[in-house]
Amino acid sequence: MRQLIKQREIVTDEWRYADEDPHGRERALILPFARWKEERERWWLWDGRLGVRLGPTDPVASLEHDFLRIALVAIEFGGIGEGRGYSQAQILRKRYRFTGELRAVGKIQRDQLFYMARCGFDAFELPEGADLRAALTAFNDFTVAYQPAVDVGVAPLRRAV
Amino acid sequence: MYQYDQIDQRLVEERVAQYRDQTRRYLAGQLSEDDFRALRLRNGLYIQRHAPMLRISVPYGLLSTRQIRMLARIAREFDKGYGHFTTRQNIQFNWPKLETVPDILELLASVQMHAIQTSGNCIRNVTADHLAGIAPDEIEDPRPWCEYVRQWATLHPEFSFLPRKFKIAITGSPQDRAASKVHDIGLHLVRNEQGEVGFEVLVGGGLGRAPMIGHVIREFLPKQDLLSYLEAILRVYNLEGRRDNIHKARIKILVKAVGPEKFREMVEAEWHASKDTAPQFNPAEFERIKAFFTPPAYETLQDEDVLSGRPTEFRNWYQRNTKRHKVAGYRAVFVSLKSPRRPPGDITHSEMDRVADLADQYSFGLVRSTHDQNLLFADVRQRDLFEVWKALKEIDLATPNIGTLTDMICCPGLDFCALANATSIPIAKQINERFDDLDYLYDLGDIELKMSGCMNACGHHHVGHIGILGVDKGGEEWYQITIGGSASGPDAALGQVIGPSVPHAEVAEIIDRILSVYISEREEGERFIDTVRRIGIKPFKARVYAPAHQAA
Repeated sequence: MRQLIKQREIVTDEWRYADEDPHGRERALILPFARWKEERERWWLWDGRLGVRLGPTDPVASLEHDFLRIALVAIEFGGIGEGRGYSQAQILRKRYRFTGELRAVGKIQRDQLFYMARCGFDAFELPEGADLRAALTAFNDFTVAYQPAVDVGVAPLRRAV
Repeated sequence: MYQYDQIDQRLVEERVAQYRDQTRRYLAGQLSEDDFRALRLRNGLYIQRHAPMLRISVPYGLLSTRQIRMLARIAREFDKGYGHFTTRQNIQFNWPKLETVPDILELLASVQMHAIQTSGNCIRNVTADHLAGIAPDEIEDPRPWCEYVRQWATLHPEFSFLPRKFKIAITGSPQDRAASKVHDIGLHLVRNEQGEVGFEVLVGGGLGRAPMIGHVIREFLPKQDLLSYLEAILRVYNLEGRRDNIHKARIKILVKAVGPEKFREMVEAEWHASKDTAPQFNPAEFERIKAFFTPPAYETLQDEDVLSGRPTEFRNWYQRNTKRHKVAGYRAVFVSLKSPRRPPGDITHSEMDRVADLADQYSFGLVRSTHDQNLLFADVRQRDLFEVWKALKEIDLATPNIGTLTDMICCPGLDFCALANATSIPIAKQINERFDDLDYLYDLGDIELKMSGCMNACGHHHVGHIGILGVDKGGEEWYQITIGGSASGPDAALGQVIGPSVPHAEVAEIIDRILSVYISEREEGERFIDTVRRIGIKPFKARVYAPAHQAA
């Protein structure tokens, strides 16, 4: 079973991606963004939990009317240089006040986790074989910060803004 | 000068610990070369031709003497005894060992310094006018704003993995001495019709492969909206900037692709959409920062005649290397790092120590680095100038050439840099040897010569009155010459290429021919750049490329 970091703990993933569980038997399914847009009506009435997986160029704004139905958004990172997901997360959390699970997935490494947690990610699906226990220490990288941020699972001391 | 509080101090210390762990994991084989590369770069560590190069941040060019002494110590203990000041007002060391960098960073943290975001695809050191706070023409001191922006940009959670590097310059004088129009964002403190001070916002300037002058996207931005507006610009760039091609990833390419007007609309739309959630201006925090930039305890003095009875050499130095100060009885003094005996911008550890002593004695214990790779004592009493000159002269830091042809901007070039196509330091030497007659230099007057060893343009060649760009032609070093560029003021412009590139050995000769056209064509009191603007590049081109018997 897939392990991931959620709210600073190592847990077994309850969710399946569409290609892992085509019929949604586990009742917790993450659809690719394009498929969600195409089959929205059908899935809306389905009786399982739904998540959507965004690529770096998928516009967050087009989910604006979907948040009542979506319990998870997974944002894809293609490598350490990929930075669009941080803005997507900020927009989701701040502008649309998304309160479900916000998951970083793809080629992510522990050195990014602190930034990601500050942007509102609360779940981290590191590549297979990554040392999750070691990665947990990343949330303690900094105890201070300058900017106001969403800060999920981290609470750096800030100067009053 | 800004002083760290506990939060600032803890942040740099935690950054050192984080980087120490990253280095340890890399050396233990737990981090791949590529993954470590992205991490070390955002901490200023490059792997260069001979050794790693560590670039240390000097926020808006301001250094205390305690910090300079620490830089001297680092040069002595971890490098080959010298450092190199850059066009971002930073300092870099060319010979540290990768394993010792965490120790260097720890020493830096002990004097409130760091190497955070001196490289990598993030927001780099915020630069400012080196005459900030003392220039008679200043609307407002930009440095409190620089520090405010520096803090906001430091380890920004959303904008630390941008498509490409991002440079911001802030200036408070109409006479732009920070090259702000060739920055990703240039901020000008301006006064509106109601007499309020705010920012003119320029976006999309930059040098490198596709040089461009920035576009004004906001004529007047109220001060309290600065951070929310910067966030809007950065968010649009972070989401829309190209990531498929490193050479097309700067914000200038995005601005050009959609057009400045459309880009402005995108920023304004994002700004309005995020108004409720963007950082709000905190006047108390800004005032806290601003209080660190109050003027030093100037004495009440009169301007005085410091030249009578002094040797010509001193007078020349006074004319070229000192600048008017807004407080009577004081001058700003350039410490020239452009002696013919040193690579431009280089300074040894013992010179740094001496500079620190002099700054303590004569300039309130502060030193500034300038974007054209010199140092500056901002607040020297006029009555001390002669002593300061003698002391600087002893250590080869009083070459009276500020603003002249030999006050060149020059990148490290092929001698050190892994990106370069050609050397630049030997060209600087060649030019210094050819133009060693001070009287001739003074007759030529103000000329900005800027030189880069490759098209990445660290030496800002596009905006040199004369620009020199090193190119590789079948394994040989050739140099392309541009004229008519300018980085400063309302007239910022990109230079024009005068023709085919020229071989290494002929660069100084070509510069000489260009100058001879100026000498024969100039009108009374006309600067080189103005002559080029008036007559165009044709006469220069004709002379440079004339057959040898005509050119002689």
